[in-house]
Amino acid sequence: MSNETDRGLSGGHNSRAMTEADLKEAYYQMVLIRRFEERAGQLYGMGLIGGFCHLYIGQEAVVVGIQMELKQGDKIITSYRDHGQMLAAGMDPRGVMAELTGREGGYSHGKGGSMHMFSSEKHFYGGHGIVGAQVSLGIGLAFANKYRGTDEVSVTYYGEGASNQGQVYESFNLAALHKLPCLFVLENNRYGMGTSVERASASKELWRNGEPWGIPGMHVDGMDVEAVRAAAAEAVAHCRAGRGPVLLEVDTYRYRGHSMSDPAKYRQRSEVDEVRRNHDPIDRVRRELLERGVAESELKSMDDKVKAVVLDAAEFAQTSPEPDPSELWTDILVES
Amino acid sequence: MATEILMPALSPTMKEGKVARWLRKPGEAIAAGDVIAEIETDKATMEVEAVDEGVMGRILIPEGTENVAVNTPIAILLADGEDADAQPAAAAPTADAAPAAAPPSCGPTPSAPSTPPVSAQPEKDWGETAEITVREALRDAMAAELARDEDVFLIGEEVAQYQGAYKVSQGLLDEFGEKRVIDTPITEQGFTGMAIGAALTGLKPIVEFMTMNFAMQAIDQIINSAAKTRYMSGGQMSCPIVFRGPNGAAARVGAQHSQCYASWYGHVPGLKVVAPWSAADAKGLLRAAIRDPNPVIFLENEILYGQRFPCPVDEDFILPIGKAKVEREGRDVTIVTFSIMVGVALEAAEKLAEQGIEAEVINLRTIRPLDTRTVVDSVKKTSRLVTVEEGWPFAGIGAEIAMQVIEHAFDYLDAPPVRVAGADVPMPFAANLEKLALPNPDWIINAVRQVV
Ligand SMILES: Cc1ncc(C[n+]2csc(CCOP(=O)(O)OP(=O)(O)O)c2C)c(N)n1
Ligand SMILES: [Mg+2]
Repeated sequence: MSNETDRGLSGGHNSRAMTEADLKEAYYQMVLIRRFEERAGQLYGMGLIGGFCHLYIGQEAVVVGIQMELKQGDKIITSYRDHGQMLAAGMDPRGVMAELTGREGGYSHGKGGSMHMFSSEKHFYGGHGIVGAQVSLGIGLAFANKYRGTDEVSVTYYGEGASNQGQVYESFNLAALHKLPCLFVLENNRYGMGTSVERASASKELWRNGEPWGIPGMHVDGMDVEAVRAAAAEAVAHCRAGRGPVLLEVDTYRYRGHSMSDPAKYRQRSEVDEVRRNHDPIDRVRRELLERGVAESELKSMDDKVKAVVLDAAEFAQTSPEPDPSELWTDILVES
Repeated sequence: MATEILMPALSPTMKEGKVARWLRKPGEAIAAGDVIAEIETDKATMEVEAVDEGVMGRILIPEGTENVAVNTPIAILLADGEDADAQPAAAAPTADAAPAAAPPSCGPTPSAPSTPPVSAQPEKDWGETAEITVREALRDAMAAELARDEDVFLIGEEVAQYQGAYKVSQGLLDEFGEKRVIDTPITEQGFTGMAIGAALTGLKPIVEFMTMNFAMQAIDQIINSAAKTRYMSGGQMSCPIVFRGPNGAAARVGAQHSQCYASWYGHVPGLKVVAPWSAADAKGLLRAAIRDPNPVIFLENEILYGQRFPCPVDEDFILPIGKAKVEREGRDVTIVTFSIMVGVALEAAEKLAEQGIEAEVINLRTIRPLDTRTVVDSVKKTSRLVTVEEGWPFAGIGAEIAMQVIEHAFDYLDAPPVRVAGADVPMPFAANLEKLALPNPDWIINAVRQVV
């Protein structure tokens, strides 16, 4: 499902196959995200997580494939649907889960919540609640990379719903004008809340949305982690080489509701079932690994390891205390 | 080890729901992530996914059962090889994490009383009333005005097919069709500008923001274009438009989704700003806002949407913009407030009455133009002023009210006015901190104690 553009990018055709070791790593990371999100959904159901909680289930291959092409120092920014990005970036599942429960041990000491977490250590610039707002911040991260003369790249994730916001296009122009090392990852999961992409975008080929500014577009199957990684390899190399931004549209699907409360009337259950049954990104990697002769027992032991990590995170998130009341008044300004 | 599958909550406020459908039968193998059941409330449907693998055991709550309390065991999940009569292990899988820390309560419990005090009759007697929710009141107001005037249309994200993100526009698409009830992409600045342009030609758009937080994407259009065009055109043009949506803190939605815009918009000449509390306020004032030939910012509150109040049934019921309402009479202190804080202030007033202090509670209803008259008359009687708002204190509505009172009734004051406001911090997510950030009746009682 790749499209070539005349800008010299292949759309992920090159060197698709991953080594067995990489594929196992991808499998582990994807299962970690899925199990983490399922557990988060469960804690929500128990009243331990409040407010909004946007799960990443179904979209795991996107962040995992892209993360495999990043190096220390590359910067990441995304929307409120941010748990997968954070885990893929190597953030501690305990700290993420404890932020979801609003506890002291969370990345923001409980002050940010599900939508707003950050890690300077992992160069994760947050979870943002205003649709589209992270996109212009993302080109700012890229601006800083260029300004400092590093070869670091900024990865800016946003949804197909967000892709209609005006500031996305202002950002395209700026990024192209300044040749900023920004990889725009448009996660097209087909819906923005209850509105399908067909009802929201007059443009049918979103990967081409940067063309007026000469931004190369790529389009890849986001349920195939090997394809995502191959596309990312090319796109990231382009950005690192100082050749300017790239727009990568990734076709994916969200299995769960938009947030926890979702009327689920805007799509057929059969549509969800079809994707889960035939296009699940984790099943795909699992099959591939088995075909390559990896033993079922080895996968099982990875599953067990993930289970232990997630249980530990959930336990931590429930036992970590609530933030001290004095936290209400700290971190508003830098105290000098 | 058999484990119990518990009734999940779809939202922090959900107490019970319906087990709509079982998708798996006893004896079937279950993998983590499989959808096993469907849960429904009046607002939403949710799939229940298995978190652990195993075999479906006994179904404890048959499908179709209504009013199932959250956390009730609804089925048993068996480990491989276990028999269907196995009892769940003492600890459910999720309970093995220490229950030491009690679940934080999910945000501030709305402390507004569910029924308003006896004095909550509209000033003009509109006769018979019926109890409706604020949500229904808003819907009915829009339906009435859409029916009354062809030039009125509703536009915003998820207002049509989805029936409104908070179900305020329920049924309007069916009733008025796609031409008048219009879904937009997530493009606030674009569709706000489009609606303002249409209004400049005389159409009367109602622009719904999913929440007022997102109107910040469009605030330039609201202030620079909607509010100022009348003036800049020397009175040739007007902009009859309503910008409405939930304002202020919801529950546990964090810093970017919880803030009060009353003082932001209240600052701007060329705008009217309305902030209803009860269902009658909502219905009467929204109708007035839609008919008003000026841009009106209409600040709703998500937590109030589900609350019930008596509302006049009269088809012509409407309330004037710019007129406050004395919700409770009292001689000792004047409490001036608006929106959800009216309920909180009334609760405080009841407690104060038990202590022998009679507070007069004024529901502003309109922030701009402010009904200074009603406030000043009250302060002349009580000689004491406490303002209450959910937003930040600095340059807030309380500051404006205190200044008006100083200008118009300084000599009547027996004590410096005191303001009660939300904590001067971005809204924290943690349940305990969020509670500390929002005014409650005790804050008001303490403030009153300072002045009496
Ligand atoms: C400016 C703004 N408008 C509206 C919203 C409410 N909202 C939150 S998420 C969302 C849908 C976004 O869809 P998409 O960009 O496709 O991302 P996805 O949720 O599918 O990951 C909407 C309308 C918001 N948070 N910010
Ligand atoms: Mg989407």
